[in-house]
Amino acid sequence: MPDPMRIRATAKNGEVNVKVLMAHEMETGQRKDAAGKPIPAHFIKQVTATWQGKVVLSANWGTAIAKNPFLEFTFKGGKKGEKIQVTWNDNKGEKRSDEATIN
Amino acid sequence: MSSIKLRAVVALSGLALVCAAQAAQKESAPPKKAAVHAKKAAAAKDPVAADFEKFHEIMEEDSPAELFEAKGAEMWKTKRGPKHVSLEKCNLGLGPGVVKGAYVQMPRYFADTGQMMDAERRIVYCMVKLQGFKEADLAKKPFSKGSYLPDPVALVTYVAGQSRNMKIAVPQKLPQERAAYKLGEEIFNYRAGPWDFSCATCHGEDNKRIRTQNLPNLASKVDAVRAFQGWPGYRMTGGLMHTLQWRMNDCFRQQRFPEPGYASETIADLLTYMGVNANGYLYKGPGIKR
Repeated sequence: MPDPMRIRATAKNGEVNVKVLMAHEMETGQRKDAAGKPIPAHFIKQVTATWQGKVVLSANWGTAIAKNPFLEFTFKGGKKGEKIQVTWNDNKGEKRSDEATIN
Repeated sequence: MSSIKLRAVVALSGLALVCAAQAAQKESAPPKKAAVHAKKAAAAKDPVAADFEKFHEIMEEDSPAELFEAKGAEMWKTKRGPKHVSLEKCNLGLGPGVVKGAYVQMPRYFADTGQMMDAERRIVYCMVKLQGFKEADLAKKPFSKGSYLPDPVALVTYVAGQSRNMKIAVPQKLPQERAAYKLGEEIFNYRAGPWDFSCATCHGEDNKRIRTQNLPNLASKVDAVRAFQGWPGYRMTGGLMHTLQWRMNDCFRQQRFPEPGYASETIADLLTYMGVNANGYLYKGPGIKR
């Protein structure tokens, strides 16, 4: 199973600021290994953040995103104690979902 | 949603290329001299270095090192190895199982092995002694490469994270510890190899740099903390987590010395010298490197 994400969410002035660190190789498919063989692409394709069952962020990602990506966004609404859930899917069908409580 | 910030690889590699200059880290410096030095450094800073420093600060705030800390924390309490036990009984110098504050008080002398041990050396010892791993296996591929992450690297990162915001206090109470400092100092200044280099050749004078990379003077009290601060570090180039064991190895490689043994006495002595020089500063936890 993929490694867990680190999610920090803080509420301020009616907005919630969310910071997510994801552990992922984000291999572009354009690199070659020591033997000269191409390293197969392996990257996150989709990221979704939901709050109270509502999607607050949905993003389609590609190979231009760095290894171990960091994502920061803010959304309106959301209070302390509520939960935010972040999910990613990659091109190999792997998936990871993590949840954090808003502070 | 009102704003989305993404750190894309494009921006990252671009910046890394332009700004190889190492950010002089903001040190929470107790000695007065350090503040003066920092001011001087700020005045002499070129715009590229300043830009890189800004970038460094942003990256440090949410450093991927945290991911490795989490991994190490999990590994620490998981029953692993041929003996199927966790590392929770591992004695890092403050008693079995005490991790908090251990990293900033290492290397230290361990009576049970009769050796000076830095954090990684001790962790390797615990993995061998408690969990039954083979030392030779651990020493075979001890450094991060590509997607390969050696277990001790994650464990060291976790242990280091447990000393975040604590004062560096590498002990010098025992005669063995003082002897290690002396030896470390000698190793630091020992010139040899095809290029007749020593550590001090690059790291023994103020205001030296290689290309745009500033070189800390590790022999001075003011700069010495930079050998401790930010390690273990997440290197943005390649996205790899590295410990001081790797850094020492790489320094010797760059000097064209024979490769030092992994988790060896030599490295422990050298780290004692550098650690003691950094005593009194606040350790900010695992960091980020260019």
